[in-house]
Amino acid sequence: MADIDITSQTMDGMGPHGTKVGLLRVLGPAHVWALGVGIVLVGEYMGWNFAVGKGGAYAALIACWFAGILYTCVAMIDSEVTSTVAAAGGQYTQAKHIVGPLMAFNVGLYLVFAYTMLEAANAITAGYLISVVAGMTGYAGELDQRPFIILVIMFLAWLNYRGVLATLTFNLVITAIAFIAILVLFLSTSGVLGGGIMQHAALFEGHEMPYGWIGVLAAMHFGLWYYLGIEGTTQAAEEVRSPARALPFGTLAGIMTLLIAATLTWYVCSGVLPWEFLGDGVNGSVAPLFDTARLSGSNGLIWLLGFGTLFATLASANGCINDASRAWFAMGRDKYLPGWFGAVHPRYRTPYRSIIFLVPIALIFALGAPLDQVITFSILSGLLEYTFMPLNIIMFRRKWPLNSIKRGYEHPFHPLPAVTLLALCALTFFAVFLGYGTQLVAMIGFYIVVSLWFHFWRYRFVNRGAQFTMPWPKPQGY
Amino acid sequence: METWQILEYAAWGASALLGLYMLIDWMKVDSSYSEDVLTSSREGELEAMTEEQHR
Repeated sequence: MADIDITSQTMDGMGPHGTKVGLLRVLGPAHVWALGVGIVLVGEYMGWNFAVGKGGAYAALIACWFAGILYTCVAMIDSEVTSTVAAAGGQYTQAKHIVGPLMAFNVGLYLVFAYTMLEAANAITAGYLISVVAGMTGYAGELDQRPFIILVIMFLAWLNYRGVLATLTFNLVITAIAFIAILVLFLSTSGVLGGGIMQHAALFEGHEMPYGWIGVLAAMHFGLWYYLGIEGTTQAAEEVRSPARALPFGTLAGIMTLLIAATLTWYVCSGVLPWEFLGDGVNGSVAPLFDTARLSGSNGLIWLLGFGTLFATLASANGCINDASRAWFAMGRDKYLPGWFGAVHPRYRTPYRSIIFLVPIALIFALGAPLDQVITFSILSGLLEYTFMPLNIIMFRRKWPLNSIKRGYEHPFHPLPAVTLLALCALTFFAVFLGYGTQLVAMIGFYIVVSLWFHFWRYRFVNRGAQFTMPWPKPQGY
Repeated sequence: METWQILEYAAWGASALLGLYMLIDWMKVDSSYSEDVLTSSREGELEAMTEEQHR
């Protein structure tokens, strides 16, 4: 059989044969859960509390739930499309099959930027946490954080290099510990087990909505932080044993976990820490869950939440390396980038060149860029990606209606989730514009320039026939 | 020398070792296998096999 039959009158693409060394299909739903939740959970341990600073504690809760709706739509849409387009690259591959090459190129870059920046931010955070531990253990000098930042990136890159099963099993263990730590903190401080220390009424009195509804809108920017990265589950698509089952199961279980974790986090932190302190993530509460544990007076909780914070940070960086390298690899394999990046390690069965290539980039950002800028560029890339998703699912359902192709999962109430997601994205763009207008314009300018480069130069190298690989019928209307 | 200073040096050393491991292994793999084999991965292999079995 020929590799590709692009002349077929009935099929949109023919699955190509000839893989001698491919990615290994060894993952299950728990690994998918660990990848998605692992990337995100650090947002519960730190970062979300900037939303409190923008609009007070209630604004942070409203942002938490609105962002929760946004990400539930993301998870539902992703589960349907990825369980059908089950290939490395996630949303990049979806865009390639459903929208077109220019969209795919942009989405691929959003993914790589969002994850690499987030990886750098996590490494910076891990370095900071280690310096805090040094201070707590009585070290009088100033700890050089750089070797620890570099070690985090090198160790996790090495783990990713050696194989996906060990990488995501490691993520599963440390993510589970970090999530259990939040549950234990809630049970211990809310009064469910023993005496509670919650003071919501006293702390909120007179500060319910310090900046009114505009504060709620501004809080949406950091409300994303509770869930940013759950869409990363899609990058495991080519390495799960059963994509149709594992991807929807892992992704939807992941968003449920995060909705619980986010709400509990808000509840325990806002019930113990004054909003002025909680909302200042730089000079106030850098790690609110850890600070809440410290105020509980229990040494056991302090250690548990200390490890939880570090583990959540490592899990996030680990998942980001996994996801960024798969997106880069998939773009290389299709020649959207040099085909050299599309190589798979013959023994470890990982995209080893993509993993190594992204290490120095992460190091440059981790060692040379300020944390808030790195995080903002990560959020902006993510937001651009979420804006693509509703358009993607609407086109997917139009071109291949239900029953025209096999889907692993069909999300309910279409097009309501797509419309809701689009509306919430528009709202969040406005919120980001209020706080980071210059960065938003700069980022969009950057993507316009690289789009022009792709259209006028790079696209000539793309293997146009080979990029459509799903054995689907021709799309309706074509 | 304090423990944390030793840990700083240990972190530099471990980072260098891990980096070297990846670089050496990368060179070895690239020189042992042809580019044709290393970049032979194709998207949609599983879907194609399933489709063929059902035909």
